Amino acid sequence: MRILSLVKRVPATGGRINLAADGRSIDTAYLGFVVSPHEECAVEEGVRLVEAHGGEVVVMTLGPAEAADQLRDALAIGAERAVHLETDGADWDPVATASALVDAVRTLETDGGPFDLILVGNESADSGGYQVGIRLAVALDRPMVNGAKAIEVDGGVARARRQAPGGWEVYDVPMPAVIGVREGINLPRYPSVPGRLRARKKEIERMTPEHRPAGPEMIRLRIPVEQTQEVEILGRGPEAAPRVVEILREIGVL
Amino acid sequence: MSAVLVLVEIVDGAPDRLSLEALRFAAGLGGPLEAAVIGAPGVAAAAAGLGAYGVATVHVVEDERLSAYSAAAFASGLAAISDGGSFDAVIVPGSERCTEILAHVAARSGAPMAANVVAVDTAGDRWQVTRQRWAGSLLEDAYLDGSPRLLSVAPHVVAAAEPMAGAGAAVVQMVTADITESDLRARVSGIERTASDKVSLAEAKVVVGGGRGLGSAEAFAILDDLADLLGGTVGVSRVVTSQGWRPHAQQVGQTGTRIAPDLYIACGISGAIQHIVGCKAAKRILVINTDPDAPIFGRATYAVIGDVHQVVPAIAAEIRRVQS
Repeated sequence: MRILSLVKRVPATGGRINLAADGRSIDTAYLGFVVSPHEECAVEEGVRLVEAHGGEVVVMTLGPAEAADQLRDALAIGAERAVHLETDGADWDPVATASALVDAVRTLETDGGPFDLILVGNESADSGGYQVGIRLAVALDRPMVNGAKAIEVDGGVARARRQAPGGWEVYDVPMPAVIGVREGINLPRYPSVPGRLRARKKEIERMTPEHRPAGPEMIRLRIPVEQTQEVEILGRGPEAAPRVVEILREIGVL
Repeated sequence: MSAVLVLVEIVDGAPDRLSLEALRFAAGLGGPLEAAVIGAPGVAAAAAGLGAYGVATVHVVEDERLSAYSAAAFASGLAAISDGGSFDAVIVPGSERCTEILAHVAARSGAPMAANVVAVDTAGDRWQVTRQRWAGSLLEDAYLDGSPRLLSVAPHVVAAAEPMAGAGAAVVQMVTADITESDLRARVSGIERTASDKVSLAEAKVVVGGGRGLGSAEAFAILDDLADLLGGTVGVSRVVTSQGWRPHAQQVGQTGTRIAPDLYIACGISGAIQHIVGCKAAKRILVINTDPDAPIFGRATYAVIGDVHQVVPAIAAEIRRVQS
């Protein structure tokens, strides 16, 4: 199988988000960066499918120079090749992102043949546009299932399951296909030391994406105003238990 | 202002909750309100009743091929309705299904789309939307162009629309959609029902949450015990599932379940924003944590400063004492 996993570099936020001075990005001075959670699982799922059925996983990202770190994370857990569509770090809208990815997929497929599966995240942790994977699938005229929490492959068909109220929807889609993965589909492995060393030595293939902004056009970011409330301290240590139980009765949960 | 088209999902013969929220949100823009109802033959039965929510005209696509869900086929239905009129905007509820249907519509025309919108300003030359990023921890103001503009409404930012007494029936207009074989490639081929006697995380009245502070999978026994005593269920932070201490199905947060219980008891949870967005809809939060500077205290109604390994069993013992 040939699988392409798409990943996005996002800041690993902690207890609160602060904005940078320009008001258009997050202050990341004290933050680390990770692969957006759903996509981390998409890479793992691709590697597992290849372990079961043979083939290779290619990982691709669109992002700043530093996003090479996230490609190396994917290489370290078993992706074979990495492709970097390098940007200047500005925020790309979903239409521009998808069309640059489509260009790159076409180039990669011209050289190496079609991907049986393109795995994306259900939505990115930071911008949460809920559309890049779908735009990619529509442009490539491939079936698309979003929100998958299980994938099995049998012959030319991928079976994806997604959670719905009261049960699991089952989709049997002919490949090539695009599948949007949700966290929980698997528990991504930690990279091994040899895996890390191998990833460090690998060449990352670079392409220059064409930026065609199409909206929505960001004006600014804002921290929402949250109503803070007074905390009532019920006590310290186990001695607080009677007061806690009083409260539980007061609010009617006991 | 021209009309605004709202996609309404009919569940068991009536618009679902998020559709009613989308109707209220769209009504707030001030233009005439029209609706799109899409589904298997029979779905039109619910259409005229949308007049009670201020909808003048309901455009209906009924098609046998929509009896099993397929995002692309429903998108063909929505596109047929949208293309047949002259709408300022197409607004959909912020459900998983309706959001992806709109994304398919946007993808086909290359038009921009804004997901999880919380406010729209139509006053200027261009529409300005405010939308959620980081699951609502951050807001983005953006220009949204398009003819029509395409947006989904973030869940639970407005109340559900209420039916108006004495409102007339909506005009129902049947529309034929061009649903293709290629639309049906990704279609639900079956539903596997899950049987469970446990309270679901999304609906539980009491959720006892555990985080890194629990320290091990075994330590969760004390949370299970407390949850049972309170008729609730256990939820966990992302650290806990990535450690493999608990299954992902119990994860509360941006990439897990969003909960809205009467009481959330957060034990040994520091309060990363990924977790906070999943539990901030709780009516009350009781925090049990050794570190009074943990961000979760900023969300707390009540707090006990102490070690969960001692405090939780003490609360369970006290409940048993008062109940016996």
